[in-house]
Amino acid sequence: MSSTLRRRKPDPNPTPNPNPEEDGLDVEDIKKPKKPTIKKNYSCIDNCCWFIGCVCSIWWLLLFLYNAMPASFPQFVTEAISGPYPDPPGVKCLKEGLKVKHPVVFVPGIVTGGLELWEGHQCMDGLFRKRLWGGTFGEVYKRPSCWVQHMSLDNKTGMDPPGIRVRPVTGLVAADYFAPGYFVWAVLIANLARVGYEEKNMYMAAYDWRLGFQNTEVRDQTLSRIKSNIELMVATNGGNKAVIIPHSMGVPYFLHFMKWVEAPAPMGGGGGPDWCAKHIKAVMNIGGPFLGVPKAVAGLFSAEAKDIATARAVAPGVLDSDLFQIQTLQNLMRMSRTWDSTMSMIPKGGDTIWGGLDWSPEEGYAPSKRKQGKNDTCTQNESGGGVCEATQASYGRMVSFGRDVAEAPSSEIERIEFRGAVKGNSVANNTCRDVWTEYHDMGFGGIKAVAEYKVYTAGEVVELLEFVAPKMMERGSAHFSYGIAEDLDDPKYEHFKYWSNPLETKLPNAPDMEIYSLYGVGIPTERAYIYKLRPAAECYIPFQIDTSAKDKNEDGCLKDGVYTVDGDETVPALSAGYMCAKGWRGKTRFNPSGIKTYVREYDHNPPSNFLEGRGTQSGAHVDIMGNYQLIEDVIRVAAGAKGEELGGDQVHTGIFEWSEKIKLKL
Amino acid sequence: MGSVLRFRKLYFLEPNLRSNGSSETIKDNKPSLEGLKVDYKHVKSQRMEEHKNMKKKWRCLDSCCWFIGCVCTTWWLLLFMYHCLPANLAGLNGPEPPGVRLKNEGLAPLHPVVMVPGIVTGGLELWEGRPCSEGLFRKRLWGGSFTEIFKRPLCWMEHLSLDSETGLDPPGIRVRPVPGLVAADYFGPGYFVWAVLIENLAKIGYEGKNMFMAAYDWRLSFQNTEVRDQAFSRLKINIELMYITNGNKKVVVVPHSMGAIYFLHFMKWVEAPPPMGGGGGPEWCAKHIKAIMNIGATFLGVPKAVSGLLSAEGKDVAFIRAMAPGLLDSEILGLKTMERMMHVSRTWDSVISLLPKGGDAIWGDLDSSPEEVHECDLETKCYIQTSSKENSTKHEDTTPHFQLKHQTNYGRMISFGKTTSEQHSSELPVIAPKELMDVTKDLNSSEKCGDIWTEYGKISRKNIQRLADNKAYTAATLIDLLRFVAPKTMQRAEAHFSHGIATDLDDPKYSHYRYWSNPLETKLPNAPDMEIYSLYGVGIPTERSYVYKLSTSEKCNSIPFRIDSSAEGNGGQWGLRGGVYFVDGDDSVPVLSTGFMCAKGWKGKTRFNPSGSATYIREYQHKPPASLLEGRGLESGAHVDIMGNVALIEDILRVAAGASAEDIGGDQISSDILKMSEKVNIKL
Repeated sequence: MSSTLRRRKPDPNPTPNPNPEEDGLDVEDIKKPKKPTIKKNYSCIDNCCWFIGCVCSIWWLLLFLYNAMPASFPQFVTEAISGPYPDPPGVKCLKEGLKVKHPVVFVPGIVTGGLELWEGHQCMDGLFRKRLWGGTFGEVYKRPSCWVQHMSLDNKTGMDPPGIRVRPVTGLVAADYFAPGYFVWAVLIANLARVGYEEKNMYMAAYDWRLGFQNTEVRDQTLSRIKSNIELMVATNGGNKAVIIPHSMGVPYFLHFMKWVEAPAPMGGGGGPDWCAKHIKAVMNIGGPFLGVPKAVAGLFSAEAKDIATARAVAPGVLDSDLFQIQTLQNLMRMSRTWDSTMSMIPKGGDTIWGGLDWSPEEGYAPSKRKQGKNDTCTQNESGGGVCEATQASYGRMVSFGRDVAEAPSSEIERIEFRGAVKGNSVANNTCRDVWTEYHDMGFGGIKAVAEYKVYTAGEVVELLEFVAPKMMERGSAHFSYGIAEDLDDPKYEHFKYWSNPLETKLPNAPDMEIYSLYGVGIPTERAYIYKLRPAAECYIPFQIDTSAKDKNEDGCLKDGVYTVDGDETVPALSAGYMCAKGWRGKTRFNPSGIKTYVREYDHNPPSNFLEGRGTQSGAHVDIMGNYQLIEDVIRVAAGAKGEELGGDQVHTGIFEWSEKIKLKL
Repeated sequence: MGSVLRFRKLYFLEPNLRSNGSSETIKDNKPSLEGLKVDYKHVKSQRMEEHKNMKKKWRCLDSCCWFIGCVCTTWWLLLFMYHCLPANLAGLNGPEPPGVRLKNEGLAPLHPVVMVPGIVTGGLELWEGRPCSEGLFRKRLWGGSFTEIFKRPLCWMEHLSLDSETGLDPPGIRVRPVPGLVAADYFGPGYFVWAVLIENLAKIGYEGKNMFMAAYDWRLSFQNTEVRDQAFSRLKINIELMYITNGNKKVVVVPHSMGAIYFLHFMKWVEAPPPMGGGGGPEWCAKHIKAIMNIGATFLGVPKAVSGLLSAEGKDVAFIRAMAPGLLDSEILGLKTMERMMHVSRTWDSVISLLPKGGDAIWGDLDSSPEEVHECDLETKCYIQTSSKENSTKHEDTTPHFQLKHQTNYGRMISFGKTTSEQHSSELPVIAPKELMDVTKDLNSSEKCGDIWTEYGKISRKNIQRLADNKAYTAATLIDLLRFVAPKTMQRAEAHFSHGIATDLDDPKYSHYRYWSNPLETKLPNAPDMEIYSLYGVGIPTERSYVYKLSTSEKCNSIPFRIDSSAEGNGGQWGLRGGVYFVDGDDSVPVLSTGFMCAKGWKGKTRFNPSGSATYIREYQHKPPASLLEGRGLESGAHVDIMGNVALIEDILRVAAGASAEDIGGDQISSDILKMSEKVNIKL
């Protein structure tokens, strides 16, 4: 230490030290002048050290102050700025005297559940029972290719690749936070806890969201696990039936569960025909993609959906660049194409629901206009007139090649049949083969054929996907179906592949059960895409969203090659609301026992200031889990309220009008 | 960055320019009023002075900063190099874990595994608390890093205490066990409990669907875990679920420490009819359980629990003391840590379940104890006379001199003073335990002593002296002693636990749940194919009985008893050391407690084991870790560290993969448990 001090002393008398070998062993030496050469050598490092030291000390000081700060301080500041905070819904309900009544089951959606490693290859050493998905995603950056390898499933079976076992995290921790600070269920859990809920009457039905729904039972017995846990909770909570809260893909998953549990073993759970009636009070679907998500199409087609995997949002720059020579997008596509579950989100119901070449249920309606005027349609709105001309023609055309095609009247479009087109032999390029996207099998001929068909409606999109990714769709079609049932009593509908499609199954026989559809509205949501061909290059995905296609008008429905409608940013309101607004309303063939359904929409209000975080009135797909109004509704139902006591339907969009336009036999 | 560096350069030049500043300062001290100029000068000089002062301060600060910077940089550099290090650097690698070896042998998962953690090892988290615990919702109060103890100790203690009347949650506080495998895989960061076993099970193919951690709130009495959290129902459902989903394969249960008696309780509960029991029917255990592999089971209790209750001094009835011994014994913070700790732990009913069971018949009376023979063997100077004396009548008078030297009275679990512990029983003052109960308590003693609820405040000094005069307590009279010094605790807890021996097991009173966790007062379930193992470490001196003294402290509410740590025996690993008599065991549980039931009490068809379930004993000789890299040892026999013992893990893996007891070698005994058991005379 003494020598270091000496080194830093300013040197008033720069005479060289006569005794160079006498090197700082004496205390007196401190006073002595030093050789300037030494000082020079060290001064830069010295400065650096000094600087780092300063930064560290300040950092620690701030950290210390932060830790010493009372926990209520941020709230105090917020209240000082924006007036008193509203009570969190849990506290509010507690004050009203609401108490624990019905046990609650959470069913998380796609990507929000954590996955952890149980067995892996050499490159994953030391990560046993550590999260690969969820949490900090530290491994994505540390060993990306290893991570992709472990997150992928076998592309033949859709199950574990040999030697790799990645399993869902269990318990409430599975999906309370997706990443540090990014809540999913945590706010809802915390508010339920305020009225007295705890681990024994809350259950997180965590499942491996990469698998086909039936495969979660085959591999992990997840459905059996959910069944016995619901039975346990109902039994130990004095016979009070459970309230189920599925979110996002959890909604079709739970539909699947309800069919599974009543179906006889071995395909089903053998719970008997009145299992749901006995054990379920209400199903409160949050942002449910009942009829699929257009985003899933883009995701499967060109790996470009804005967030089918949140991974892209987490690190957009990394994914689009070729920085590490690992073809991020292709790798990602290969990975997500091994996940059967993404295929559960392909739009269901075909043209009947989503609209054909010339019509769509939502046309004549622009989401961004609603709040400014009271006008429900754009035609009444002067500034938006041109926008909706385009939207009218295009929503039904889920994928179109070129903007002109998207807007042209259907009679003018020349379509060349792509089905049966010969997939030309491309130059065998083995460097691309290992990236399994199936595009290299198509060759230029196939790609051209796809582009020349010009326009694809919802029904044709499925065929398109079958054409570009035959292996994947073949695997997926064993687990999912996208049609509309002609005759629901047909014995073929006993197969599990139909169970997650609300248009091909009947609801269970449970007249006392209630089904809610809770979702956010007021955010532009992807609905149809304009594609272009990518300049030919062997190793690239040949199709790309044409981001140059946009409306002149700022408020237009077409932006960056994507037509948007009202929704919660991921799921269009049509998909989330239609079943509860019409398909299941009253006694229909899809709902033979007349289960009561409710639609509750929550208008999106962006957070008013930074301190509110992700907002208490958000309507976005995941952020809605922190919406106070929604949480309050959930707590009330969990505490015993019925749909009417909540106020029945609460609608902001034209969901009922849209539903009227859909000609579906009920 | 650039500007900062520039600033520093400027400042290094300054000393030369500023040398004339001091003369001006002197001038300025004159209280003259020369208008603005003076003011200006004054200000200027002041600034200079400040500068000078600052310069000096800055020097020091600078060096500090520089030093910190250096340290940080070096640290980061090392950290970076550490991270660059390949995970499996040659040389740092231990031997192949048993899981990998057995997988290569072809072992695959067959039976689902249920783990039942013991006391203190399970995590507890906060679900509802007082304002002082804000921000800790669903954070661990127990387990994990324990940072909250240091941040807000009083708040922490308040939340971990239970209600002293009911033994359940105090109003407004809900602390709940952490569920899932994370509940007890690691106790603190890096301090494994179940993690090694879980990892090895996973190596041969186990995963979440065929492993279950039966986490429960270990502070509650066993039946209350069902009443409050439905922990038993949960365990039952999960075992049934795993049984069905794994192709009707029975489960292997692995309880550890207190988990062993918790699981005994469960087995009685599950077959008992509702509402007290789970209504699984009399065949439930036979149908669902293949084997119970008790690790370091506290079947007959732990002497350590006695000292813990009496004076909060057990070496690790709560691990806290081990983690921060200095803190607890000092009174730095004016906290009376010990007393508070005692207060907290006395609200935990489960501690009572660890008191020695079976009384004098098991643990020995004033003059004899099962372990004495054993001790002679160890010290290899066993006098034939001693054993002959043991065999003959107890009234035989032997010379005190002889006894002083060679006999250790383990049976006297608490003795006041070293001489008492060594005297012959006839010389001890005889006070019947009943008499103790009659002593009138003075209740007006200490109102002013605040809220620390140790119950000692209610006992007068005189009565404490009388307690000490009784000199020696055996396992049976000990319970009376505790009933006297902690009446409320015992009253509350004894509704849940019993510590005797049943004379007639068919007595209908034994269908009450308070007897279910005592192996001497229950029958095993009717499951002839079930196997019961007792796996435990041996070769570590384990607390068996204590020499106490009266504490001199007169402060109110202080604990009046202390272990007399000055009492030393005549050397050797066993025997008296620091006021504690040691016997063979695993550091917490003496061999007698964990081994007796499997060695004798349940061996063959006895009245405690009517269906003749097979029992096996497997002892693991303790070997301390050979090198630092081994961490807590691969062959450890210590109570918790044994969970990382390679041989034990291998046994469990083999049984889980379908092996029977004969396949893994049947009994494996290195202690004198069989001889000890012979000496215990109870009706079987």
